[in-house]
Amino acid sequence: MIARLWPIFVRDFVLLLKGAQGRGGAVLPLLFFMAVAMLFPFAVGPDARLLQRTGAGVIWVGALLAAILPLDRLVEPDVEAGFFDQWALRGLSEEVLLVSRIVAHWLSFGVPLMLAAPIAAGLLSLDGAQLATVELGLLLGTPGLAAIGVTIAALTAGLRAGSALGGLLAIPLAVPLLIFGAGSLQRGGEGGLLLLAAASLAALAIAPFAGGAAIRAGRE
Amino acid sequence: MQVPRLAATDLACRRGDRILFRGLSLVLAPGEALQLVGANGIGKSSLIRILAGLLPPFAGLVESEGTLALADERLALDGHLPLGQALAFWRRVDRIAPDATAPLPDFGLADLADVPVRYLSTGQRKRAALARIAASGAAIWLLDEPLNGLDSHWSGVAQAGIAAHCAGGGIAVIASHQPVDLPHLARTALADYVP
Repeated sequence: MIARLWPIFVRDFVLLLKGAQGRGGAVLPLLFFMAVAMLFPFAVGPDARLLQRTGAGVIWVGALLAAILPLDRLVEPDVEAGFFDQWALRGLSEEVLLVSRIVAHWLSFGVPLMLAAPIAAGLLSLDGAQLATVELGLLLGTPGLAAIGVTIAALTAGLRAGSALGGLLAIPLAVPLLIFGAGSLQRGGEGGLLLLAAASLAALAIAPFAGGAAIRAGRE
Repeated sequence: MQVPRLAATDLACRRGDRILFRGLSLVLAPGEALQLVGANGIGKSSLIRILAGLLPPFAGLVESEGTLALADERLALDGHLPLGQALAFWRRVDRIAPDATAPLPDFGLADLADVPVRYLSTGQRKRAALARIAASGAAIWLLDEPLNGLDSHWSGVAQAGIAAHCAGGGIAVIASHQPVDLPHLARTALADYVP
């Protein structure tokens, strides 16, 4: 089972990282995230204290939007091309396949965001302590964002205008992660990190089963 | 390899509020091939997907022993990859060493190994699908219109490949409106099972 899954995971990861044939890679969400961090100071002005107070929230909004960007290429192309059918014939369950995809998605979008966060923090005048909290929050929260993204992508695979719908569906589900993630940067908000981890774990626990059921139900 | 077997009892298929066919039973033993014939939209592809276990039947039961392989209009090969690499992905998933595929019919794809899958023609894509399931080592082949788009030469090669699979103790179910010439070929006309 693991030996069969490894080449599938490698394919998931390479496709999500490099992108190919109508699937953008990991670069586009990353640029989007950086663009948000870069544009915000232009919009509100260079007041360092204001940026410092609001910057962490901007980083979280940027992370959430960057997570939504690749939704339409997470599951849909492989359902369309018959990969999930072929895997089902080989006795590989959709749940296990989606776990692989969540890990691959997180590696290709969560980790680059964490690497880019110091630059974004510099643009937004965050200090070192704030940056540390942001990084810890992203480490705890982006797996949840990846899980929600894959669930929604599985739900909307095969629907017309699925990608637009996917964004609308993902935002409310991701609101708890946003609240706890951004809230953890308020004074005395450290408890937010625990709630963030809890919300993230809940999303991770549900995602493979909800997504797997969605892919099976979508077969015709 | 365990002795493959494919049996279906009293199958019915519903699409929307319409029953496409009902009361369909079949049993296939090693070495046997079955052609499903019928007009467009009569449910050949649906029956293939029911036999593959991808679509629940409206009624009835499918039992299969042995590994299944499906070739339908969905190629399940990455369009941007060269054909050789795209096929190699399934060999890795199926845990088959590259040299083990040497005696298999390659359906004339050796020259196309460096061509990205998205540039293949219809007939070449069909041959790629056949090569994929031939390489999978599966005992039961479910083929949906395997001869579409093939010229007479490659159609003959494809039928010879299916015949060799059956001669080796495999089972093949072929949904096709084209004449298929195989030894031990049974035919089922879906029109007989329309309610």
